[in-house]
Amino acid sequence: MNSIITYREAVRQALREAMEQDERVFLMGEDVGHYGGSYAVSMGFLALFGPQRIIDTPLSESAFTGAGIGAALGGMRPIVEIMTVNFSLLALDQIMNNAATLLHMSGGQFNVPLVIRMATGGGKQLAAQHSHSLEGWYAHIPGLKVLTPATIQDAYNMLGLALRDPDPVLIFENSMLYNTKGVLDPQIQPLMIGKARVQRAGKDLTILTYGISLFKSLEAASALMKEGIDVEVIDLRSLRPLDDETIMKSVAKTHRVLIVDEGWKSGSISAEIMARINEQAFYELDAPMQRVCTVEVPIPYAAHLEQAALPQAEKIIAMAKKIMEKQ
Amino acid sequence: MDMNLDLANKFYRQMLLIRRFEEKCVEMYSKEKIRGFLHLYIGEEAVAVGVMNALTSDDAIFATYREHGQALARGVPPNKIMAEMFGKVQGCSRGRGGSMHLFDAKTRFYGGSAIVSGGLPLAVGMALSDQMMKRDRVTVCFFGDGAVAEGEFHESLNLASLWKLPILFICENNLYAMGTALKFTESETNISLKAASYRIDSSQVDGMDIITVAQAAQEAVAKIKNGNGPVFIECLTYRFRAHSMFDAELYRDKTEVAVWKEKDPLVILHQQWTGINIDKYENEIALIIDEAVAFAENGTLESIDDLEKYVYSAEGVQ
Ligand SMILES: Cc1ncc(C[n+]2csc(CCOP(=O)(O)OP(=O)(O)O)c2C)c(N)n1
Ligand SMILES: [Mg+2]
Repeated sequence: MNSIITYREAVRQALREAMEQDERVFLMGEDVGHYGGSYAVSMGFLALFGPQRIIDTPLSESAFTGAGIGAALGGMRPIVEIMTVNFSLLALDQIMNNAATLLHMSGGQFNVPLVIRMATGGGKQLAAQHSHSLEGWYAHIPGLKVLTPATIQDAYNMLGLALRDPDPVLIFENSMLYNTKGVLDPQIQPLMIGKARVQRAGKDLTILTYGISLFKSLEAASALMKEGIDVEVIDLRSLRPLDDETIMKSVAKTHRVLIVDEGWKSGSISAEIMARINEQAFYELDAPMQRVCTVEVPIPYAAHLEQAALPQAEKIIAMAKKIMEKQ
Repeated sequence: MDMNLDLANKFYRQMLLIRRFEEKCVEMYSKEKIRGFLHLYIGEEAVAVGVMNALTSDDAIFATYREHGQALARGVPPNKIMAEMFGKVQGCSRGRGGSMHLFDAKTRFYGGSAIVSGGLPLAVGMALSDQMMKRDRVTVCFFGDGAVAEGEFHESLNLASLWKLPILFICENNLYAMGTALKFTESETNISLKAASYRIDSSQVDGMDIITVAQAAQEAVAKIKNGNGPVFIECLTYRFRAHSMFDAELYRDKTEVAVWKEKDPLVILHQQWTGINIDKYENEIALIIDEAVAFAENGTLESIDDLEKYVYSAEGVQ
């Protein structure tokens, strides 16, 4: 049955069902139990599933992420929650040097069916140690899959997909999305990992985006429509693997590309997408590709500076118009 | 340490400043003047004030995101702290840092770190530079009980001890890391024992009693200045308020909070030194805080044209 719920509730429902359906699944992370999750996703789960399966860890990101890898090797299906992507850097060694490499280093003997969830993104005035969007960094690493659910449906579906995957999957939940609402249809056949979705069809320009920027892009697309610019908005959903097919198809249709990403530009996923389009669809382009990304500063505290640093609908609109001017 | 009424007055006044300042922050938060995360120091005042008393202006401080108390006790102007939280240029970090990232070069206040345990290695390095340059300085590093579980805590303690660095570790053990009680996260809850295992001079003290804290800090600084390497003090304390403004406090019961509130550091000090002129300080501090709010309110916002400043040093800075 369809229902309108929050993003938080969608993740929560997916978690609860996963725990109920597979006793190998457990949730481990800081404050997931007694506190109820730093974003209240697992509120009440400790009472429901007990401390064996809802594990409050010490502040030991490296050790408990590594322990997640070990437990996955041991046949469990751990879900590791890291509060915020900035803190995941304390576990980067385990994620990069173990989770991502074990299958290959062992010549295919040891796969790591681990799911790591974490919050990402700015916009809450949490300043430069809490607000970054580093999912693009993780997408650099072979051996990992990187998912960025933006919609309520994906917030619900992606956890199940990730748990069924034999390899490590990272799920990035933009913290500004937890309170957003939308329709969830639990019966819908989930769109696979690695598939992008055309969220809004259009013919003049393709916006490639994901996460919170999807909504800013859709807002911009509505405004642009009023000015006669018909924008196609694609939710990438997965940063690794990237859905080249869907991207190139759209480029072949609109011949113009704008990428919107809350990550920085330099050495980024947005740069990677441009490179791929350049490699695979250069002659389809009628204008240079452009990007709206976060200004290259650590995220500042003051609201006006933070908002100026992040991608915004107005910036997307202005950039889209600029692209359309080029004939 | 010779305790006398002057010192008791000084301690009381500083603790009261922190208490009232934090209360004002709550008010400003509910008025949406302060945003982001706001972590209050209410209940823990004796630790910062007691430790700062042992320092000279040459010494350096590293603190956490719960650092208003340390900043105030160190002498970072209240005006600048409030302006920082209002996101104004006149703030001690020009509005770039906010509540969790107070910095002040003048008082050698090195922040304001919001990565739990992230300040410890920096403090080690600061102390190393003092040792290498033969400077007679102490570096103080504040951190919570939560930091003890991180690798950086252990790596830093080991380095400090191995290299005999002039550093004072202050663990503010308030029994909780956010909503997770120490007993659920540490196999050994006596944190000072962990430090001792690195052969660091370490002790556990009553962090609600400022005289005890001040005494311990003063002795520690004297030892450190004698070249005996680091000292570790675990201060047993308690935060009277929620972890931050977003915390429903489901993880601890009200009676526990009430028991600790009976050990209110301000009340305890006043019980010992009844001559403290509370009314006088209340009045003085009310004025200071009103002024801080007015200063913050009248402050200006940094131009958006300058957004990209301070990512790299300005040209010519050596
Ligand atoms: C590396 C890291 N992991 C997680 C967090 C989220 N977090 C912020 S404060 C906190 C609790 C820390 O507790 P403690 O060190 O005891 O300090 P207290 O807040 O009690 O002063 C947590 C888990 C963080 N800031 N940094
Ligand atoms: Mg604590």
